[in-house]
Amino acid sequence: MAMDKEFLLKVGLAEMLKGGVIMDVVTAEQARIAEDAGAVAVMALERVPADIRKAGGVARMSPIEKIEEIKKAVQIPVMAKCRIGHFAEAELLEELKVDYIDESEVLTPADNEFHIYKHPFKIPFVCGCRNLGEALRRIHEGAALIRTKGEAGSGNIVEAVKHLRLVNSEIAQLKKMKIDQLKKAARKMRVPLELVKLVARKGKLPVPNFAAGGIATPADAVLCMKLGAESVFVGSGIFKSSKPEAVGKAIVTATTHFDNPAKVVEASRLLGEAMRGLEIDKIPKEEMLQYR
Amino acid sequence: MPATVGILSFQGDFAKHQQVLEKLRCQVRLIKSVEALNRVDCLIIPGGESSVIARFLKIEKMAQPIKEFAQHKPIWGTCAGMILLGRSIIDDNKAQPLGLIDIITARNAYGRQYESFVGTGEFGACGEKEEMEMVFIRAPKVIKIGKDVEILGRWQDEITIVRQDKVVATAFHPELSASTRFQEFFLSLLH
Repeated sequence: MAMDKEFLLKVGLAEMLKGGVIMDVVTAEQARIAEDAGAVAVMALERVPADIRKAGGVARMSPIEKIEEIKKAVQIPVMAKCRIGHFAEAELLEELKVDYIDESEVLTPADNEFHIYKHPFKIPFVCGCRNLGEALRRIHEGAALIRTKGEAGSGNIVEAVKHLRLVNSEIAQLKKMKIDQLKKAARKMRVPLELVKLVARKGKLPVPNFAAGGIATPADAVLCMKLGAESVFVGSGIFKSSKPEAVGKAIVTATTHFDNPAKVVEASRLLGEAMRGLEIDKIPKEEMLQYR
Repeated sequence: MPATVGILSFQGDFAKHQQVLEKLRCQVRLIKSVEALNRVDCLIIPGGESSVIARFLKIEKMAQPIKEFAQHKPIWGTCAGMILLGRSIIDDNKAQPLGLIDIITARNAYGRQYESFVGTGEFGACGEKEEMEMVFIRAPKVIKIGKDVEILGRWQDEITIVRQDKVVATAFHPELSASTRFQEFFLSLLH
């Protein structure tokens, strides 16, 4: 599959973000702290996932003026979230010229049936997944970057690990399949055979694959990188900790030096208290964000 | 013997560079320390976020060793790598680039991702000019060049490829295009 030029530019920016940390920020002040801590990009949203969880109600795209403030405050790329299926919010984000749009399960979905058809947009999209089928459906719709869903705002890495491992093992299975089995897999995942064949041949997704949802410590970032994630998104983990700047810096160092525990140890001293986490079993099923 | 190419891999699209170079049968080493740097024949500073890569260069105390490396071995920077190889960055007094090419750059000078584009520019290394696909992603511009800097390529009126001795820089991403013409040129600097 030769990439058309538009899609090459979308995936190209994701390539530039590899080995980095994308940090959730609510204000321009937080965006500056994130940039100084070494974030490769910031994600603008109305409230961090942990607060969305606490407050309940409908979570929407960040207010326009907040996004504009954040864009002015930093030089690194600015991403912003829109609700699943809410192509009108996405159009506003494109008008605001953010650098990436996250069609995110962290916000309250706007459409229970359809995700946004992302190809016509000039701004690239990132989407979450729990398994290979979700990843490929999003890519087919035009996503140029995939991340695990994990369980946002939980401070618990277990779900992101589950999603990373599942995608890896499903790709490993595809690699062993003959054509008739690939056809069946494509039907089951509801994506074109060509896309499935491409993944089977390459042994990886055709777009970069990052981790998100529950990363709270430098070691969490290392775990995700070792399981094959190419960068990490950190949501509540930074600004819900007692020392955001120090935790931010340490997670940046850990992501780069994930293959060097000595460096991670050096960066991880005196970080204060990590965000308080939640046990997944204690979260009522209807409050889980990943099933959206 | 195939060349051993080092790619600075603190952050950025080092994997894309690696893919292309391995197709060209180079030995590739990902570089995150001074020790690793000393074991390669040439160095690539990839695209990515210049502020993040600069931060690691400082923490790992790699600026001086890279400057010494440049005395006798080729270095190539793409996009963020170009910014880091330059003398200074416009509107940014905090950053301290390596100063290996006498240029002043401007970050994201074509605009944000919305303005990223693929263009056809001109590359001329040996007097003759040839067309080259140029992929610009939130790309920098060269605002000013010193007298020792050779211009090797342009897109329209913009300077997009520069060289000073064995150090070259591209504002765009040859590693994202199908052609390996620029990689071959860079590797020719080894001889």
